[in-house]
Amino acid sequence: MTTAPDLLRPDSIDRAQAFRIGRSARPSGWLIPVAAGLVILLAFMPALVSAGDTSLLVNVFILLTISTMWNLLAGYAGMVSIGQQAFIGLGAYAVLIGAIHGMEPFTVIPIAAVVCAVIALPISVLVFRTRGGYFAIATWVVASTAELVISSITSIGGGTGRSVPGLASLSPSLYGHITYWSSLAVVVVSLAITYLLLRSRLGLVLAAVRDDEDGARAAGARVMTARRIVFMVAALGCGAAGALLAVSQLQVQPASVFSVQFSAEIIFVTLIGGMGTIEGPIIGTIIYFALQQNLAQHGAWYLIIVGTVAVVIAIWLPRGLWGTATRRLRFEFFPVGYHVLPLKSQKKPSTPGAGATQPAGASDG
Amino acid sequence: MTWLNAVIQGILIGGFYALFACGLSLLFGVMGIINLAHGDFAVIAGYVAVILVPQTHLPMVFGFLVVVPIFALGGYILQRTIFQAALNRGDPLTILLVTFGLSIITENALLQAFSSNGQSLNIGNLITDSINPSNVISISDISLVVLIVAVVVLGGLQLMLSRTATGRTIRAVADDREAAELVGINYRHVFGIAAAIALATVALAGLASGMITEFAPTSGTNNLLFAFEAVVIGGIGSLWGTLVGGIVLGVAQQIGAQINPAYQILAGHLVFLAVLAFRSRGLFAVREAA
Repeated sequence: MTTAPDLLRPDSIDRAQAFRIGRSARPSGWLIPVAAGLVILLAFMPALVSAGDTSLLVNVFILLTISTMWNLLAGYAGMVSIGQQAFIGLGAYAVLIGAIHGMEPFTVIPIAAVVCAVIALPISVLVFRTRGGYFAIATWVVASTAELVISSITSIGGGTGRSVPGLASLSPSLYGHITYWSSLAVVVVSLAITYLLLRSRLGLVLAAVRDDEDGARAAGARVMTARRIVFMVAALGCGAAGALLAVSQLQVQPASVFSVQFSAEIIFVTLIGGMGTIEGPIIGTIIYFALQQNLAQHGAWYLIIVGTVAVVIAIWLPRGLWGTATRRLRFEFFPVGYHVLPLKSQKKPSTPGAGATQPAGASDG
Repeated sequence: MTWLNAVIQGILIGGFYALFACGLSLLFGVMGIINLAHGDFAVIAGYVAVILVPQTHLPMVFGFLVVVPIFALGGYILQRTIFQAALNRGDPLTILLVTFGLSIITENALLQAFSSNGQSLNIGNLITDSINPSNVISISDISLVVLIVAVVVLGGLQLMLSRTATGRTIRAVADDREAAELVGINYRHVFGIAAAIALATVALAGLASGMITEFAPTSGTNNLLFAFEAVVIGGIGSLWGTLVGGIVLGVAQQIGAQINPAYQILAGHLVFLAVLAFRSRGLFAVREAA
């Protein structure tokens, strides 16, 4: 600790004793009821808004799910993947294959997610041989390989894809509602898994590895195992999102479900909102869709604005919007890091040291 | 004989991949930049040639005399401004997002200015002329020229990096930036030089692509993955490696296509993944990836 010499001064000792280690600077017990209320409100959305808005929300939830998973990979475990579309595509195809064999497409969604997590295990053995930039490219090649292999299987539609059977029998409104609730369930479960994972022992290992990998290894952290679990969880979430894509679009086409465009959207959403915070992808997704809804009619100009926003935020606001805000406000909706906090008895810490408390989750690198 | 032809065509297309990957390899090897806008920069080179070269009354084949200096200057300026600002953040993701943003901006600005129609660079008879050693084997003149240019450019740069003072400075900065600064090297300027060289080769690759096939505002990303594969197969930090990587990839793709046209790209990926599995730092790696 760089503050050690300070502790030798008598007044500093008092100050040091006035701190505790905690999860959050502000009490967050009221947040669970708020989150639950929000989820219940969202569950009633199909009754409140038009069918078009409902299907827009499905797309919002899909993007939020894959961004949350990418954030877990890149923001917390330091693995920058450009190939999460591999699992999105495989999840979509799992639904298609299940539906072809007579299964109810919606019930295949959890199965598709688990299948993707299982497939991620052998893939992790291969891509974990690489680090940094190599890892990013290796994952991209794996995704492209998966697309080409799937495209060469004619019984599931080859390169042109196939429509998902078994959905036409549902009435349009019932189909729309079930699709919406499924996607809401997927996004809520994804956020819950991410939150609980990061508050678990594994989250502590990840934070230690991010701050000092050699130190973490020396302390006995199983770095590889932690990374592998995260990689599989990310595949699980992306597989579920891909499965949702299949049921919401009614058809599966290799070029669209394995599109590298997903990685572009994910990176944009996560970094705009703030990587390494659970809230970041949520904020980023909202901004992404707000831009899209308001500017999409301007065609190319809309994407030029999106690109410019990406460059500007990357250089001048590297923590993203939420990451910057949370540093100022010392507030987190999802408290997953550990903080040095003033004791509760002290209402307002006046010591200058209090200003130096920073979220453990916000350190550089 | 058809297999021999597949290998020869693979080497020819591999030369193009290597030329395309050269700038990527330099930026990756020296600055640790993963440039997602690489392919789009090559497309810009094509459009610059379409606009400027006719005004100089030079034949299009000599278009590089106009485009390469512009790109070298542009590369230096880009590095000293946006790329350096991104690198100063100290997080490799920043530069990834910045180049990703530049890629989107470039593609859509080109769409806005030139529509989505494909264009190509008119080089007259050179596009159809070929050498035919047998009735199965046909070596297109322009592909052979591109292969020769790739060998000369990558070989020349490799020699420059290993033999000249500038090359030594670039390697020093790539290996240990702080130590290089301690002995008085302005690493920002050196990065600028490296980016200027990289963008000059991107211009060549863009022109080559415009001469061999067509280009359109969004065609840049098509070759990007192949270029990345060539760099990784060869090993970061070695331009000879990138040349060999490009040729290995090209030959693998053509042999795959010979087995079944649908397997062309897949065969290249499988070779890439095999290299990753057995020699994860590439065939000619000289140092750890940034």
